[in-house]
Amino acid sequence: MIRVVLPAHLRTLAGVHGEVELEVEAPITQGSILDALEDRYPMLRGTIRDHATQRRRPFVRFFACEEDLSHEPADAPLPDPVAKGAEPFMVVGAIAGGG
Amino acid sequence: MSRVRVLVGTRKGAFVLTSDGKRERWEVSEPYFAGWEIYHLKGSPVDPDRLYASQSSGWFGQTIQRSEDGGKTWEPVGNEFTYDGVAGTHQWYDGTQHPWEFARVWHLEPSLTDPDTVYAGVEDAALFRTVDGGRTWHELSGVRQHASGPSWQPGAGGLCLHTILQDPSNPERIFIAISAAGAFRTDDGGQTWRPINHGLHSEGIPDPNAEVGHCVHRLAMHASRPGVLFMQKHWDVMRSDDSGESWQEVSGNLPSDFGFPIDVHAHEPDTVYVVPIKSDSQHFPPDGKLRVYRSRTGGNEWEALTNGLPQSDCYVNVLRDAMAVDSLDSCGVYFGTSGGQVYVSADAGDNWTPIVSNLPAVLSVEVQTLP
Repeated sequence: MIRVVLPAHLRTLAGVHGEVELEVEAPITQGSILDALEDRYPMLRGTIRDHATQRRRPFVRFFACEEDLSHEPADAPLPDPVAKGAEPFMVVGAIAGGG
Repeated sequence: MSRVRVLVGTRKGAFVLTSDGKRERWEVSEPYFAGWEIYHLKGSPVDPDRLYASQSSGWFGQTIQRSEDGGKTWEPVGNEFTYDGVAGTHQWYDGTQHPWEFARVWHLEPSLTDPDTVYAGVEDAALFRTVDGGRTWHELSGVRQHASGPSWQPGAGGLCLHTILQDPSNPERIFIAISAAGAFRTDDGGQTWRPINHGLHSEGIPDPNAEVGHCVHRLAMHASRPGVLFMQKHWDVMRSDDSGESWQEVSGNLPSDFGFPIDVHAHEPDTVYVVPIKSDSQHFPPDGKLRVYRSRTGGNEWEALTNGLPQSDCYVNVLRDAMAVDSLDSCGVYFGTSGGQVYVSADAGDNWTPIVSNLPAVLSVEVQTLP
């Protein structure tokens, strides 16, 4: 099982509490996790990555194993602890201030 | 006894304010979608418990929410707003061409006849429509693909399509307005559009009388007389008696003809309301006095409505979508401010009282009159 941590606003939107657990087919990448996440929770489409380009939204970050993986390619394999479910894949709303 | 439901969109969530027909005692909901910008929410005229809300965030983009029970519960519906075909470009601030990019939904206008059909005015300026209750959205691209499109420029608030008026006497006719392109009309159900800005004069553009390029802030219409339109422009209050073919200025004795909202009394087609704002750089009322101005003559002659409104040290703004009227016998008028106040007048503007005083900055106010 892949573990995903969502920011509070997206947990509310998806109607989930705590971590989300997903069955994801290998290879475990940002893209495959987000595909599975959006299949399970269609209301999250467009909120993490752009509908058309599939690019990460500017103020969303991806962390795992204490690393910022936001700029890694979407099809790059994620660290083993994420693939084995030992560590979560974290979707983070950037600390970006604003109104 | 009739009752009213006021739908308030703010910078940090939506609020539903309810009262009986006296409009004296109010219940204020907890915030819905707390922390998200709610540019607009509005109910279906044919199914008042069917509501639609535009929920957006700088972090997580655009979501559309739908309620089937008058706002008690909500469910997210479709949020994919993809421009039809090649999106093309429009004028950017530095004079270059800039790709059309979807930013957010400014305004949701439910159909007059079908609760599953809703029009959405978006930034960058375009008109979308759903016919399946919000699950899917399709662009009516004749607006954006008008020949003048590449010349449109965003105003300070963005290149937004913010006003959608459906002609109740002619389902093929819709009026829209775009900042800063102007007003447009379709007579074929949204397939083709043409600018309707003859008579507008805007000093801030190279040709003050240009066919497009005017910063129209808001249009208003009375349902019984859809050929008569009122407009609050960046500067100037305007009136058209021929469905937008030509416009005349009716600013008359207003202390400032800059402002954002404009609305029409529910039962008196020549009674019009505006909120004068000092200037485009000073977005607050003249003299620190919050005054709604009412014309009972369809413009030109305006009276200040001040009872119950702050008449000193008031420096709030009232945005274009933040005024509405109910349709009770004694017409109620409502508006919200950037300071988080929502005011009501249950007597057509003679006397005002705050319903709430400390909401987040108000972006939009709509009211539903319920049995």
